[in-house]
Amino acid sequence: MAECSFGLVGKGYVLIASDTSASRSIVKMKENEDKIKGLGPNLMMAYGGEPGDTIQFAEYVERNLRLYHIRHNHTLRPASAAAWIRRSLADSLRSRHPYSVNLILGGYDHTSSMPNLYWIDYLGTMVEVPFAAHGYGAYFALATLDRFHDPEATLEEGLETLKRCINEVEKRLIISLGKFMVKIIDRNGMREVEL
Amino acid sequence: MARRYDSRTTIFSPEGRLYQIEYAMEAISHAGTVLGVLATDGVVLAAEKKVTGKLLDLSVAKEGGYGGSGEKIFLLNTNVIAGVAGLTADANSLINYARSAAQRHLFSYNEDIPVEQLAQRLCDLKQGYTQYGGLRPFGVSLLYAGWDPHYQFQLYHSDPSGNYSGWKATCIGANNGTAQSLLKQEYKDTIGLEDAIGLVLRTMSKTMDSTSLSSEKLEFATLTIDPQTKRPIAKIYRPAEVDALLSKHGLAKVEDAEATEMRSRDGLLVVH
Repeated sequence: MAECSFGLVGKGYVLIASDTSASRSIVKMKENEDKIKGLGPNLMMAYGGEPGDTIQFAEYVERNLRLYHIRHNHTLRPASAAAWIRRSLADSLRSRHPYSVNLILGGYDHTSSMPNLYWIDYLGTMVEVPFAAHGYGAYFALATLDRFHDPEATLEEGLETLKRCINEVEKRLIISLGKFMVKIIDRNGMREVEL
Repeated sequence: MARRYDSRTTIFSPEGRLYQIEYAMEAISHAGTVLGVLATDGVVLAAEKKVTGKLLDLSVAKEGGYGGSGEKIFLLNTNVIAGVAGLTADANSLINYARSAAQRHLFSYNEDIPVEQLAQRLCDLKQGYTQYGGLRPFGVSLLYAGWDPHYQFQLYHSDPSGNYSGWKATCIGANNGTAQSLLKQEYKDTIGLEDAIGLVLRTMSKTMDSTSLSSEKLEFATLTIDPQTKRPIAKIYRPAEVDALLSKHGLAKVEDAEATEMRSRDGLLVVH
């Protein structure tokens, strides 16, 4: 829970931000950990939860989506990838050793020319949302996003909203999460953006 | 020479051929014709029913079921219809398999199965019978007409060897050569659905042995997109609708007075 990630949809793009700390118990081990994984040319996923589970599951998803791409010559659409990932978590939850991983999935659907954002938790809950947040930071960020989010916002405005969220978390949360990493997906694919 | 290599489906002849597979394909070229045409705004399928006995009770099939009205055109999924040529019993088994595969895809990915993937699934199964011993290959060719968001409207053909290919217009079954050359002459890349329907019916009437067409011999279906919901609509025509379509295109058989009277009592009269 001492981890935090946000996502929001704007006009023709989706943004995901995640903190970059890797911690164990009360000890911060690292402060430049990339916790947003690219899953093919038009999909990305911010992951948090039990360390180890997160990486194992993220790589499992990454490899399976890559296999689908190779086999069928096209990637899964974000909606279908989200459904498959949700199903994997739901099956995992009902196994002997469930993954404890929370996700924010963002992608650009080239068939509909629309950005999509999905909020998924370790219980296999999935919702498509205009903005999303996981972790303690969600308590502050959701209120901020509720007030400032605009689905028609330009990239500059979207980044501005994201900055407000991060500032709010830095100001109010008792733990410092350090730097945030932000990635964007639009029709041109995924890239990192500086805040 | 051929006979020595006939008994096993999976043994190559010295010339490198698999005779049983070739015989299966030969059997299909005697089956009822199935014809498909890809248009810019839809796909059209038509199939010839080989005339069965006069005493065969079609009262249930006449109504047209959820999966189709008869024996040659079937709904595989909301976005795919298929026409089959070959052994009906084998076809039924493949259609069952295809419907399960489509539902499994829906379960995993919450989307309709892409058309090519469904064709691939069936071809994986069919290919197995060219390789694993002791079993007979499926004596069935299929035409798949479908829509998916990746490649929009599509038309595929698969044969007993497990090969499949995409087409703009194609034909399987009896007289497929004649039909293919007719289609080659008349097909245009810009063809719309209405013209495609006309092309299919004209080609069918020229290919089939009988001079006039009716719902007794013809099955017909289209796959289009609902302009409002943007979802695919598979429409398998009911016998009365097939007859109405045929008379609209001037291809219906001229009925005798008695038959016309009976029809009009059923409320199915089509005025010529």
